[in-house]
Amino acid sequence: MAGITSYGAYIPIYRINRMTIYQALGWLNPASLLPGEKAVANYDEDSITMSVAAGMDCLNGGEQESVDGLFFATTSAPYKERQNAGIIATALDLRPDIRTSDFTTSIKAGTGALISAYDAVSSGSAKNVMVCAADCRLGKPGGYQEQMYGDGGAAFLLGNEGVIASIEGTHSVTYDFMDHWRSAEDRYNRSWEDRWIRDEGYSKFITEAISGLMKDCRLQPADISKVVYPCLYVAAHAGIGKKLSFEPTQIQDHMFTTVGHAGTSYPLMILVAALEDAKPGDKIIVASYGNGSDAILLQVTDEIEKVRDRRGIKRHLASKKDLSLYEKYVTFRDVLEIDTGGRGEEVAPTQASILFRERRMILGLCGSKCRKCGTPQYPPQEICANPECGAVNEMDTYRFSDKTARLYTYTGDVLAFSPSPPAIYGMVDFEGGGRWLFDLTDCELDAIEVGMPVEMSLRRKYHDEKRGVHVYFWKATPIRV
Amino acid sequence: MAEGIKDKVAIVGMGCTEFGERWDKGPQGLMIEAVMEALEDAGIEKKDIDAAWSGTCYEEVSIGKSAIPLAVTLKLPFIPATRVENFCATGSESLRGACYAVAAGAYDICLAVGVEKLKDTGYGGLPQNDTQQGTTLRFAFPNFTPPGAFAMMGTRYFAQYGLSPQDGKRALAHISVKSHHNGAMNPKAHLRREITIDQVMNAPIVAWPLGLFDCCGVSDGAAAAIVTRPEIAKKLRPDPVYVKAMQIAASSGEEMMCTHWDYTHVESTIRASQRAYTEAGITNPRDEISMMEVHDCFSITELTIYEDLGISPRGRAKEDIEAGFYDLDGPIPCQPDGGLKCFGHPIGASGLRMMYEMYKQLQGKAGPRQIKDPKFGLTHNMGGIPPLNVVSVCIAGN
Repeated sequence: MAGITSYGAYIPIYRINRMTIYQALGWLNPASLLPGEKAVANYDEDSITMSVAAGMDCLNGGEQESVDGLFFATTSAPYKERQNAGIIATALDLRPDIRTSDFTTSIKAGTGALISAYDAVSSGSAKNVMVCAADCRLGKPGGYQEQMYGDGGAAFLLGNEGVIASIEGTHSVTYDFMDHWRSAEDRYNRSWEDRWIRDEGYSKFITEAISGLMKDCRLQPADISKVVYPCLYVAAHAGIGKKLSFEPTQIQDHMFTTVGHAGTSYPLMILVAALEDAKPGDKIIVASYGNGSDAILLQVTDEIEKVRDRRGIKRHLASKKDLSLYEKYVTFRDVLEIDTGGRGEEVAPTQASILFRERRMILGLCGSKCRKCGTPQYPPQEICANPECGAVNEMDTYRFSDKTARLYTYTGDVLAFSPSPPAIYGMVDFEGGGRWLFDLTDCELDAIEVGMPVEMSLRRKYHDEKRGVHVYFWKATPIRV
Repeated sequence: MAEGIKDKVAIVGMGCTEFGERWDKGPQGLMIEAVMEALEDAGIEKKDIDAAWSGTCYEEVSIGKSAIPLAVTLKLPFIPATRVENFCATGSESLRGACYAVAAGAYDICLAVGVEKLKDTGYGGLPQNDTQQGTTLRFAFPNFTPPGAFAMMGTRYFAQYGLSPQDGKRALAHISVKSHHNGAMNPKAHLRREITIDQVMNAPIVAWPLGLFDCCGVSDGAAAAIVTRPEIAKKLRPDPVYVKAMQIAASSGEEMMCTHWDYTHVESTIRASQRAYTEAGITNPRDEISMMEVHDCFSITELTIYEDLGISPRGRAKEDIEAGFYDLDGPIPCQPDGGLKCFGHPIGASGLRMMYEMYKQLQGKAGPRQIKDPKFGLTHNMGGIPPLNVVSVCIAGN
């Protein structure tokens, strides 16, 4: 039996009320107002960092060593060439002898990656494959997409042992349906008329994939506990379920008014929410939408009870802060080109050779632990930093990214350049030993104090636009949820 | 412990430019200004110098690497010249090189110069430099500035000793008010205005909990010293100043990596000062030190230095500060020239500037700031940040 063995999700802490966007730019397009709010990645987050966060939730302190592959799905990859999945795998400190791939260019790439991972584990070519999907798509200011797109990520582990939801069948349809597109040189998506998208694509493809799947599996709507599919238009979302003869209670909440359309990760995030409430024996159908549709049938097992401690969707949804300024949102996304001052312009060249040589230290946040005295230390040392020890070359690699910590001291610095001033940083003492100075993020200066618990989160350290480099490192955050 | 260099080296001439935003001069002009004053003060000529040391930290916005810019600027005639750098302790390092060369008997007369041109960056604060912790650590270091690195000391100190931010900031404010009082009497100081406790408390925050008046000036300037053997010194002038101790300590890394260090003290200051007291034969610094110029890059730094030097009891510097112990008319005047706070902080020059004030005070030439009959003057010059630093402690006397 092959299927999902664990799940995780990530929703950034910031939300923006759609009315906040409308108040800023509604005058351009009075019909653009949508209900609710959407999730907004912090200035230092992108599809890579959100995938790592979802992946850590999915691993839940589990065995990195057992993962044989990582598939990353996104349409907002920081790199067009340089495998993004490889960055995520290194940040998660997975083994190097694994298979990694990026699945991209369609918002159905998330289910595509999930099906490919299922194929790998069910064929036996890999034992455990992780799927991470995240998107941080940018709608053009003033348009419908800006209202619609939200940010977030989901992750699954697929395998043959400890399956929480077996995959019982899939059914895909593919159409070169040019409802929205982004060419290599574009920053924003373009789209065709919404009425055509709704009636010719969105309402038809999901219906075709789900009914095809149910036919393949000889199932009736009443056999299904929950059906999961993305929302492009709120009324049309309900219409699809109705057309397929599902009762409204069978349709999983679409999170369109709480997270927004999160691209490749969107159906997978809704699936995580469905699994959070699922009972053993439940049948769940998840379908994507984008240049066709993939539909997947899952059957929940007794093992589901063992993964209840994930942050998943519910806890991430409950933990939020309102980004009350539209100007802050467009600054975070580099839509508004702010005056960084001379200090903010200074970025030294990024040495690719160092990033590779020290990949476990920098991307993996691995230090070392002395075999003689047991002192964990960061960055990795060859000579033990403990003055009572000083052992030479007696070190084992020691991962700090999954350790909780306490804030030993901190400051909020107005002089240092930050897109979200003040720059907050502090000395972080890890539970179990080891310390380092880290930037803090997702917090305000007046809400932090000496001794408070913190955890580690991979973030974009800087983006050197001149040289086209995104560099990632770990920051400390107050413990989420 | 080794014998040390107590009384083996004498300072016979010193020079120091006016510190400040010296839009009028580049680093070369500043060096010439300081060296000419030192030569005149020593009563010697350039040809008498056997070897020279040049100290500068941010060479990329200043004179460039190596000692060549010093040699070329002064037109030194092919003599030995060395450039040193140890962050903000660079000036003391330049002096140390010159003094050790004399003590070793390698040369008779040596020149130590420190210079920094900070105001050619186009923005406030020290130059931004991603790679100053090295090309590898730049990926792992937070986006920090010096005020922030020292502000964390304030946060921790307040938490550890149960001070409310208001009480803590008030104690720190006393330090800045005192330094401004002294600096206002110093014609070479960058900032020459008296300030009040309220002004300090209400100033805009630079890095919480430190405000504008908790931070030293960012200045251009240069300072120079001419050192020689005591027997030559006595022929040159009646009042040479003798080096009693010259020590330096560098972090081992344990502060940054092991959890036992508490971020309310600087371990290198403790180690360097203890060695300096031993070298100078001082057993009770609180009774024996007459005056000090310490590395008050930020008010909290000065507060913790009082404790690390073994002068104020641990955790109780606030009591001494508020009792006026370190005021110009107190038992151990600290920063009689205004300190980094007001004289200013051209990085490579600061260590030599500290010694310049001790030298003038010991010679009785400090004007309205003159301290009565000083015996031992201490300079404390720190480079780096509280968890990762070098600290130089020098003691000079008659």
